[in-house]
Amino acid sequence: MPRVLIIEDDRAVREGLRLALRRQGHEVAAAATGEDGLEQLRSFRPDAVILDLMLPGMPGLEVCRRIRAHDQVPIIMATARGDDTDVVVGLEAGADDYVVKPVRARVLDARIRAVLRRASGPPAEYGAPPTEHHGDLAIDRAGLTVTHQGRPVALGPSELRLLLALSASPGQVFSRQQLLEAVWEHNYHGDARLVDACVKRLRSKIGEASGNPRYIHTVRGFGYRFGAR
Amino acid sequence: MRAPRLLRALSSLRVRLVVAFALVAAVATVTTGALTFREARTGVLQQSQDTVIEDFRERVNTLVPNYRFPPARPDLEAFAADIARGGRSDNWRVLAVYRELSATSVPADSFRELSPAMREAVHSGSATVFQRVTRDARSSLVVGMPVTFAGQHAADRGPSGLEVYLTVPQTEEQGYVDALVTAIERATVPALALAVLLALLAARGVLRPVRALRRATRSIAEGRLDTRLKVHGSDELADLSHTFNETAAALEESVAELRRMEAGARRFAADVSHELRTPLAAMSAVTDVLDEDAAGLDDDTAMAVRLISEETTKLADLVNDLMEISRFDAGAAALHLDDIDLAESLRRTLASRGWLHTVHTSLPEPGVLRGRVDPRRLDVVVANLVANALKHGGLPVHLRLYEQEDAEGGRQAVIEVADSGDGIEDGVMPHVFDRFYKSDTARTRSEGSGLGLAITAENVRLHGGTVRAANRPQGGAVFTVVLPLEHDDAAQRTARPGKGDRS
Repeated sequence: MPRVLIIEDDRAVREGLRLALRRQGHEVAAAATGEDGLEQLRSFRPDAVILDLMLPGMPGLEVCRRIRAHDQVPIIMATARGDDTDVVVGLEAGADDYVVKPVRARVLDARIRAVLRRASGPPAEYGAPPTEHHGDLAIDRAGLTVTHQGRPVALGPSELRLLLALSASPGQVFSRQQLLEAVWEHNYHGDARLVDACVKRLRSKIGEASGNPRYIHTVRGFGYRFGAR
Repeated sequence: MRAPRLLRALSSLRVRLVVAFALVAAVATVTTGALTFREARTGVLQQSQDTVIEDFRERVNTLVPNYRFPPARPDLEAFAADIARGGRSDNWRVLAVYRELSATSVPADSFRELSPAMREAVHSGSATVFQRVTRDARSSLVVGMPVTFAGQHAADRGPSGLEVYLTVPQTEEQGYVDALVTAIERATVPALALAVLLALLAARGVLRPVRALRRATRSIAEGRLDTRLKVHGSDELADLSHTFNETAAALEESVAELRRMEAGARRFAADVSHELRTPLAAMSAVTDVLDEDAAGLDDDTAMAVRLISEETTKLADLVNDLMEISRFDAGAAALHLDDIDLAESLRRTLASRGWLHTVHTSLPEPGVLRGRVDPRRLDVVVANLVANALKHGGLPVHLRLYEQEDAEGGRQAVIEVADSGDGIEDGVMPHVFDRFYKSDTARTRSEGSGLGLAITAENVRLHGGTVRAANRPQGGAVFTVVLPLEHDDAAQRTARPGKGDRS
């Protein structure tokens, strides 16, 4: 049973989500403040976090950063429509996905399950070499680990899945829409900024120079292409 | 074309002033000149005439006693020559007549200047007669006098029968008069020039504030309501400028007040939506629970529960649309451009809503029509138009996409959504993109939020495109969206509050 932590200050929303997600088959814990949420993160050990961005006290973005500082648990932000900059900043801080409130339980549940699938890894690829090397980058598809210059890289579930998707076909150009569907399981008209923010995070984690990437190349007008130089 | 332009030029204030000043100056100089001329001419001629007559009479009186009476022809000749010689100028011509005898100072002088009427007047009277004669463009003075006997008594005086005539050319006097005319003519030209100059100066003095006023009015008309005029002096034009400034200030204040009220109303709508969102978030979270459990409840409760669930969903959609419109009003809607295959995007819009088999499509092949658009906003545009056609129009609904060039040769995508219903009534047509516009006055609630087409128009506008509605000749309505396919990345638009330029 997936364990979901809800960090939401409004009591009615918090209770509504807790009730609805429990009905969808999740084990749910809820926190009213960011501080309480970080506390419960340690005690409850959730599989996914639903994080409201508008929190009293410690802001949601700060909570997101603190979680990511030592934990790669999937984070789904709950935002208000219109908080456009917050979405981008949240995604760059390491959130995996976001939903716009009001959101139906079924939609949120689908997002949670998608993000959990990202975290749990693909079915084992038999016959594939256990580790691929692309320049200084070593990708272990079976063990779901990535090392750069011999040092392990801590990737969030979306970052890892994105890297796996891109590196599976080096040289092939993926459009943002393709990546949204393949990695985030969104539909074609999902928010392409998810892809851009994730690429940005991924690049910085595997030591890409911002103006001259080695592994993930931007193909202007089309999308992204993986290829080690 | 020339006549109206000339007329317009004549009606300009500057030209009118110049013409008026020049006319006044011309009339003034010509009148003064004419009066001066007349007086001067009369004076000059009178004086020379008096002198001539005086001289002539004196001459005659002096010389007459030297001759025999009655005279013979040689006497007359000598007499005439004698008088002519004594003239102040050299060109006196004299005719002396006694009965049938006549003699001239210049031999064989026909003396044509002398008119018979004058001759008769001299012959029958006793006074000196004179006449100005212009002959062959030369004017001359003709004087005639009968010579009377001098005597102590009136009875002794009487005509002697001797008549003397004098002709003096008046070229010198004519010269004076001509010089006067020339002088007047010469004075007129600088006077006219001065008048024109003054007119231009006056025109400038009037026209500068008028021109400033015109510029300011145009500036106000273009929406710069803070336009004010500098007021110089205290004449009528300064008064006008002052009034203009007051009017502009009043206008600016009213417009600012209206804007404040509109902004207030919009902020209120945004705030209301914002406040509604939190309770709706809680309600939306549990609608699925209600839906699932409704089956197990008794009929009435199940119906009530389903009603609450359905209406919560609609309310959430309405609030979402309101939030979206508020973002456009606040200028906070941003365009996230991406290079995509438009046909693919449209197909996906239909597919994700289960419309692929309901809507007839005419789309280019994959990869043919690519362009820079905001894919999510394009999805909203197409989904709203197709939803509108399915709901209010009649089946079949056609979705068509093709490319065309705009006037500058830029690439444009044209998206047409046509239905086969009754079309849009003429009275409704101008309002189809209005917020919450309902075609029937009963204001029955329709399925959507009433904001779908307004949001469509705003999204298209954000792309720099146009959307319009029309009725097809073969029946049904057609909505046509034209989107530019190339965008300057630097100029990623955000919505501007205020004027909508959808067409």
